[in-house]
Amino acid sequence: MTTMSAPVSDRTAPLLSLRGVNKSFGAVDVLRSVDLDVRPGKVTALVGDNGAGKSTLIKGIAGIHTFDAGGYTFDGNPVTVHSPKDSNALGISVVYQDLALCDNLDVVQNMYLGRELRKARLLDEDAMEARAKETLSGLSVRTLKSVRQQVASLSGGQRQTVAIARAVLWNSRLVILDEPTAALGVAQTEQVLLLVRRLADRGLAVILISHNLTDVFAVADEIGVLYLGQMVAQFDAKSVTSNQVVELITGGRSGDLGLKRPEDTASAPATGTDAGVQS
Amino acid sequence: MSTVTEPQAADPQSGFSTTPGARSLRDAARAYGQKVRGGDVGALPAVAGLIALVIVFAALRPATFTTAFNVANLINQSAAVIVIAMGLVFVLLLGEIDLSAGFAGGTAAAVMGIFMTNRGLAWPLALALCLLTGVVIGTCIGLLVSYLGIPSFVVTLAAFLGLQGLLLVLIGEGGTIAYRNETVLSIMNNNLPVWLGWTIYVVGLVFYALMTFRRSVSRRKAGLTGDVLSVWAFKTAAMAVILGLATYYLSLERSKNPDVTSLKGVPIVVVVLLGLLIVLTFALTRTSWGRHVYAVGGNAEAARRAGINVAGVRMAGFVICSTLAAIAGVLLASRDNSVSPTTGGSSTLLYAVGAAVIGGTSLFGGKGRIVDAIIGGLVVAVIDNGMSLLNQSSGRVYMVTGLVLLIAASVDALSRRRAAATGRA
Ligand SMILES: Nc1ncnc2c1ncn2[C@@H]1O[C@H](COP(=O)(O)OP(=O)(O)OP(=O)(O)O)[C@@H](O)[C@H]1O
Ligand SMILES: [Mg+2]
Repeated sequence: MTTMSAPVSDRTAPLLSLRGVNKSFGAVDVLRSVDLDVRPGKVTALVGDNGAGKSTLIKGIAGIHTFDAGGYTFDGNPVTVHSPKDSNALGISVVYQDLALCDNLDVVQNMYLGRELRKARLLDEDAMEARAKETLSGLSVRTLKSVRQQVASLSGGQRQTVAIARAVLWNSRLVILDEPTAALGVAQTEQVLLLVRRLADRGLAVILISHNLTDVFAVADEIGVLYLGQMVAQFDAKSVTSNQVVELITGGRSGDLGLKRPEDTASAPATGTDAGVQS
Repeated sequence: MSTVTEPQAADPQSGFSTTPGARSLRDAARAYGQKVRGGDVGALPAVAGLIALVIVFAALRPATFTTAFNVANLINQSAAVIVIAMGLVFVLLLGEIDLSAGFAGGTAAAVMGIFMTNRGLAWPLALALCLLTGVVIGTCIGLLVSYLGIPSFVVTLAAFLGLQGLLLVLIGEGGTIAYRNETVLSIMNNNLPVWLGWTIYVVGLVFYALMTFRRSVSRRKAGLTGDVLSVWAFKTAAMAVILGLATYYLSLERSKNPDVTSLKGVPIVVVVLLGLLIVLTFALTRTSWGRHVYAVGGNAEAARRAGINVAGVRMAGFVICSTLAAIAGVLLASRDNSVSPTTGGSSTLLYAVGAAVIGGTSLFGGKGRIVDAIIGGLVVAVIDNGMSLLNQSSGRVYMVTGLVLLIAASVDALSRRRAAATGRA
């Protein structure tokens, strides 16, 4: 498949670089020869229709799935990631679309899950609780009654907040957010986007997956478009219009951006309606 | 009934309230009440049930049921079931089941008997081999469940049958292996001297008081809400009274013929049970490994994404369960002076599962505590013991025990629904 990348003005060395990534589930090719660069201090938005492969891509980066072919460099070094532990060790934190929280544990326990603070080899509950509170206040989270509440008792937005707080609790270098605002109200969405921007301004690399182009244009520096498992283009957010992005998402091409020739293969046309994208 | 929730007290410094600490006795009582009304009943139904059962049997059989002799006897009857149930708590927390724990105990006890009695090995070495047997059994089950992905119900059902057969092969049809070692027999047959029982009581209590006090101080130092002095004092006093009464009761003379043989003091097995309770509770609540057990039981996928070695945690759960079963096997053999092909058989395992569930451990995973095994085990034992004092047939005992288990499961299900309604779960 021929893909074409539009020039990206920023020349900082990417923190994360994917090259030629392939992934299939059985007979279904979900990712086909995907390239992606993510730069520190930038928010890179990843957009694409339902089922385009966005979640699969980031699960591969996080080590939940392994890619069938291709790989990535992190900070210039080729790395192999076999498990979430490996990607954690690199400084990659992910907020998953299907929130990965344990309902039977409380907020603090969830935030520190897998990376508990310890003192003399035992859990240091006090330090964890104090730092969890600090982080949550730092994110201006005011809706939680108690940090010792079970996560099962939280609303969708509150759970999202916990998941994000969990990701930024660590000295992460790359934070990946899979549709972090999908379930949130207006005010909470604004807060989360502000937070996303703040992360990037602190020098972190951020990947933001979203169907909401208003949100994307509000915070993203770069945009990558996945179309049926292919990265059809990655470009500066300022260099395109919302309409061009919509065309790329739904048809894989827009003017000279994206896939070269539609007649190459008799690929199924994208469905006309597109409930997920609002511009 | 009112559905209005009271505003919760908030920590003034940060805007969050924290449940582990309370600022006054009233505060603590109210927080607990809220928890229970919210569906988080914990061990409350089991404790209430236990007290009710004790009152009923005491009223019906005042001359026998509440005697110190019978109380010590009751502890003896329930000890092995309680230890197996403690192991099952780990497996149940993971959302799994181990049907083979009873015969794993019997098999391990047989191994110990063979080496100790038949080969003349020193008892500590024989005990080590017994525990090793438990570890091996648990490892096999764990490998099949965690790495091959066979449901634990099937694996442990197969192990139940297989180990029952192995036990029979080891012992021989109709035979038994005698336990003669005095030290091993003393676990279930002897008592601590009265002075030692009280010494352990005092040391334990002081230790508890110091630990909880230090915890509350360090929490407040860290800027979190810690128990205030009155709450701490109340908890410590309650502990002192309950444990003190138990120690006093067990220190009474319970021999019918005190001039011939004196029978008093805390049974040695109680020390074993308390030791296991403390060590295992500590492992579950104070180590990251314990936290991971709850996480895997609550949401295995979330645990995996958090970088937890899910298969390893499951594996360890089965190893612990079978190893505790091995200890229970030794208790059974010590009580009966021998191992037979039915050691750990008949209703042992089912009583142990029942004990854990009656105590408040959920069959759905992610919820449970070690102390549940003790409370539930006592409930099961009290029914058994009290009804036989009422000269009821064992058929009736089984029926009542089954009913109680059903009630416990209903309480779990109802509190779950209640929790969903109040948004706690
Ligand atoms: N574990 C899996 N097994 C089989 N197929 C899968 C699996 N996970 C994802 N897929 C398939 O891969 C394709 C891409 O899925 P993915 O979740 O990555 O899409 P997405 O871009 O995140 O979509 P959405 O916007 O709806 O979240 C879909 O066709 C989906 O059915
Ligand atoms: Mg997705």
